[in-house]
Amino acid sequence: MKQLLKYVALLAYVFFLAFPLVWLLSTALKTPQEMAGLHPTWIPERPTLDNFAAAFGEQDLVGAAARSMVVAIASAVLTVVVALPAAYAMARYRGAVSRVATGWVLVSQVFPFILIIIPLFMVLRNLDLVNTLPGLIIVHVTFTLPFALWMLQGYVRAVPRELEEAASVDGAGRIRSIVSVVAPLLAPGVVATLLFSFISSWNEFLFALVVLKDPDVMTLPLTLVRFTGPEGVSRLGPLAAASLMATIPSLIFFAIIQRRLRSGLMAGAVKG
Amino acid sequence: MRIKSALAAAAIVAMAAACGSGGGGNAAEPAKSGGAGEPVKLNFLSLAWQKESVAANKEIVDAWNKANPNIQVTYVQGSWDNVNDQLVTSFEGGDAPDVIHDDSPALSGFASRGYLLDLKDKLPAELKSDIPQSAWDTVTFDDGKGNQGVYGVPFLQESQVIIANKKLLDAAKVRIPTPESPWTWDEFAEISKKLTKGEAFGVAWPMKSPVNKTLNLALNFNGTFFQTGADGKTTVKVGPEEKQVLQRIHDQLHKDKSADPSALGMGTADPLPGFFAGKYAMLPVGVYLRQQVVEQAPDGFEWVTLPPLKGETANQGAVSQTLSVSADSKHPDEAIKFMAFFLNGPNQAKLAKGDWLLPTSQQAAADPSMTTKENGWDIATASAKNLVVAPFLKVNGFDEWKSKVATPTLQQYFANKISLDDAAKQLVEEGNKVLERYSQ
Repeated sequence: MKQLLKYVALLAYVFFLAFPLVWLLSTALKTPQEMAGLHPTWIPERPTLDNFAAAFGEQDLVGAAARSMVVAIASAVLTVVVALPAAYAMARYRGAVSRVATGWVLVSQVFPFILIIIPLFMVLRNLDLVNTLPGLIIVHVTFTLPFALWMLQGYVRAVPRELEEAASVDGAGRIRSIVSVVAPLLAPGVVATLLFSFISSWNEFLFALVVLKDPDVMTLPLTLVRFTGPEGVSRLGPLAAASLMATIPSLIFFAIIQRRLRSGLMAGAVKG
Repeated sequence: MRIKSALAAAAIVAMAAACGSGGGGNAAEPAKSGGAGEPVKLNFLSLAWQKESVAANKEIVDAWNKANPNIQVTYVQGSWDNVNDQLVTSFEGGDAPDVIHDDSPALSGFASRGYLLDLKDKLPAELKSDIPQSAWDTVTFDDGKGNQGVYGVPFLQESQVIIANKKLLDAAKVRIPTPESPWTWDEFAEISKKLTKGEAFGVAWPMKSPVNKTLNLALNFNGTFFQTGADGKTTVKVGPEEKQVLQRIHDQLHKDKSADPSALGMGTADPLPGFFAGKYAMLPVGVYLRQQVVEQAPDGFEWVTLPPLKGETANQGAVSQTLSVSADSKHPDEAIKFMAFFLNGPNQAKLAKGDWLLPTSQQAAADPSMTTKENGWDIATASAKNLVVAPFLKVNGFDEWKSKVATPTLQQYFANKISLDDAAKQLVEEGNKVLERYSQ
């Protein structure tokens, strides 16, 4: 009985998590008439692929998804590459400078992004990076970096300093002790930070809207918004179909990196 | 170690792909070209979003590009929800599109900040004369230095009509109004009561964004909501004229109970499922919603477009969609030539059909497709004669008044949480504080 309850609870949780995807799938397969019904149905009465045909026929969804993937992966990797050494330094060298830096990281999170868009845009323009994916990657790294730094700092602090000291006693230099002792224990944190940065970049709309102007470089959120109009009116069918397809690349990325997250956790456990 | 290798490889691949996927160079830059022997390139930011409308836009741009090899236009699709954030950044950064699609309320602020080119003496006579003065009034603004300029070409307009369930109207044996003999607000109230039976309401007022709708309709009773004094200062005014439409809608909701209060929080298209199911007999909405009705109505559903209501007049505030030229455009003359082609009579008819809106062009309005009875085009097109410039278009600070003061106040009033007098007091007192800042 206890086991049965567990499975019921698990199924309910899975259903809760899957709800948006199931709803998207259901909507994507409905006719406009069925979508406008007063009583929503879960299973389409007259399933149609017209919405998928419209979504793919009208917009370059595949190209946009590929560009979004490039931007999100590059932003996530660069964020971690830049944040990791800084997080290590902030966690290990505690002093006035470190505390101020930590405080500044937190403060930087409270600025509305809209405030920094114009100066950022002008900087990019001077660097000839407006309307380019590298320009957008730089912007995404800029806005994910503070929180990534904050996350990684916590993970570094969780690694006992004594492990590095023990490695030092065994004759390892600082670099060697970081690479051989600290890095494996940080792996889960790095993967979690990568995921956070990836999601932030994958979903980001406002900066992409401002930075990217040429239709050939637009990312997925900019493409999806083309199915919406003024006053909240939208073409719900093609939008649902496009959104559903848009989730697939990120699901694949998650599936791959989730295995790394698990193996990283195990590695940390053994070392600890 | 494998993770590190994988990350490094991903970074290299990602950057290489990013640089190689069309993003390596500044694609905006060629749009500013036009040196000796090179064609002039213009960026055109369009907000078309419906399938037919996007197709019409692209078709016209393609036709232009074929006919004008020396002036090539790049079609860039934008989004209504975010266009003004996008434009402000582009204007400030000096990288705005050459030709910009927007709506007339947005132009006032852009004009006063010097972002847009004054087109007053630059437009071809044929285009000028094809569009009536009432439409030009919607794009005529102060440049911030006391001069009146024309900052866009108005090409599509929206009016408020009534979309109704024909079977319910027939069953209730009510008089079907015509453009020559529209319903008065009193008649509308009576018919709404007659159509309210059991769980079905006569009307649904979707009021998620109540300001433009009520301010535009208030002109039926000469309600202007703003007045400008001899000192040139604009203040908010909510007198008997302004209160008429507010009171009448409120009465339908809470006194006659002929309007469904649960529809109040809905966006424009949200009541459609209830409308198709017979829960509401009538929807006072913009003409463009006919497209959604055609697309979504169940088989056999019969509906009609009814002309705008009449108070003391049938006047409504006009808001137009516009094309403007960026003040920073390096090729303003070419941009104007393109606009004149894009907005000629036949092209405006295509654009209006695609967006289910009303063309400003008189030539386009006479197109048979604009006057057919099918899908209520005849009624919709006839309603254009009632459009006059909305007074709020000229008010500096209107956007802030609308979002911070008027929207919450009207929502509270329609939800019966405050009285009309309280609402009027809030609109005036809080509103004047907002406008005061803009007059300094």
